[in-house]
Amino acid sequence: MARILIPTPLRQFADKNDTVDLPGKTVGEVLTALTARFPDLKKHLFNDEGKLRSFVNVYLNDEDIRYMKKDATPINDPDTLSIVPSIAGGFDWSSRG
Amino acid sequence: MAEVTLSKDEILRYSRHLIMPEVGMDGQLKLKKASVLLVGAGGLGAPLGMYLAAAGIGRIGLVDFDVVDFTNLQRQIIHGTSDVGKRKIESAFETMADINPYVELIGHETALSSENALEIFKDYDIIVDGTDNFPTRYLVNDACVLLNKPNVYGSIFRFEGQATVFAYEGGPCYRCLYPEPPPPGLVPSCAEGGVLGILPGVIGLIQATETVKLILGIGQTLVGRLMLYDALGMKFRELKLRKNPECPACGDHRTITKLIDYVEFCGVPHQEAPAEAVAAMGDIEPTEVKTKLDRGDKFQFIDVREPHEYQICRIPGATLIPLGELPKRVGEFDPDVELVAHCKSGARSAKAVDFLKQAGFKNARNMKGGILAWSDKVDPSVPKY
Repeated sequence: MARILIPTPLRQFADKNDTVDLPGKTVGEVLTALTARFPDLKKHLFNDEGKLRSFVNVYLNDEDIRYMKKDATPINDPDTLSIVPSIAGGFDWSSRG
Repeated sequence: MAEVTLSKDEILRYSRHLIMPEVGMDGQLKLKKASVLLVGAGGLGAPLGMYLAAAGIGRIGLVDFDVVDFTNLQRQIIHGTSDVGKRKIESAFETMADINPYVELIGHETALSSENALEIFKDYDIIVDGTDNFPTRYLVNDACVLLNKPNVYGSIFRFEGQATVFAYEGGPCYRCLYPEPPPPGLVPSCAEGGVLGILPGVIGLIQATETVKLILGIGQTLVGRLMLYDALGMKFRELKLRKNPECPACGDHRTITKLIDYVEFCGVPHQEAPAEAVAAMGDIEPTEVKTKLDRGDKFQFIDVREPHEYQICRIPGATLIPLGELPKRVGEFDPDVELVAHCKSGARSAKAVDFLKQAGFKNARNMKGGILAWSDKVDPSVPKY
């Protein structure tokens, strides 16, 4: 079980939730449970090969999973999984249009 | 170089710094000898410019080529109402010179590019990234890594911000954190944009704090830590930021040895072009839509903005269907009858028309320039936002 923190830009694909508690023994299992619950999130988190996109980072507590065991990183209750996407704005860059 | 000293007036001005042993005369002279380049005079650049000038940084450079407009004033406090229409560099420097006439201000009124970045950066000790787009962020990063200069980074989106210090004394860089930018199609749509006006104040001042600490050599900087700020939850969190040994910019086997084409790297033209090219064929002028409405022509008119935008202003006769709901609600329309879509400025409605054409609506057309153009060309009483 892990608590997943969903950042603002992705909440629109997760029924506006900012946190979700989901079961799983590894980071990969929890993320699979996440995209099963919110299918719209999938293309924003993973590429066509099912790999985490290079502008989205996932942290188990405060550690980047790329420097742990990636998807296989084990999860212990009450771990927190943060999804941290790249944002560019210094102002409302994304409202051009 | 001549010895740097403080005048009697400067000693009085900086007295609250001078009486703290952590800064003192040595620290204040370090600030005076320092040079800082601000990239962007927008939301982040505004508080940065004001506080760094007040702090007594000796030389502050500013890269910006924009002009102040009314939509800037909600957050870019370095500019005032009377500055609208002025060049941002000029407006910002007036404010900064008034705060502290002892600061040397250097304007670089140009778009930062691969051609000029190294030349501009080389004369500064610290680069502060207050830009608003991915190509410039990767450009700033790579130039900082190549020149071995710290990149004080801040970024904001709606109610959230990120801040850290990249490329300081061989520490992790922006590419270690995010090797690649998101493709344009995947960034949140126009309607999800916007920013709480106060947010760049918070993040810009974290950047200003880190800049001053780097110069003074005191405290623990954000090197190796990514600070996340959530204004709604009023929470600060920090994550570990590690140097990626495989980083193409600063790793063990570097492939980026000179500046590249960052617009191409970020995929901007290649991703945007097809949708726009397809849509351009079906574009319709707002004046033509007005004529159709007045004549009572039979056509379907949809507004693909979000409900909160519809509350700001609307065109009578248009049905609100946010872009994200279009696929679900496409059955409400007749593919054999002409359909016109509009949004704020025409980008989202171009996507809507692209989608509708693929769904069999051969007569779908995009209203050029959106409701902004409608306000300019048809009905000036419609507010722009």
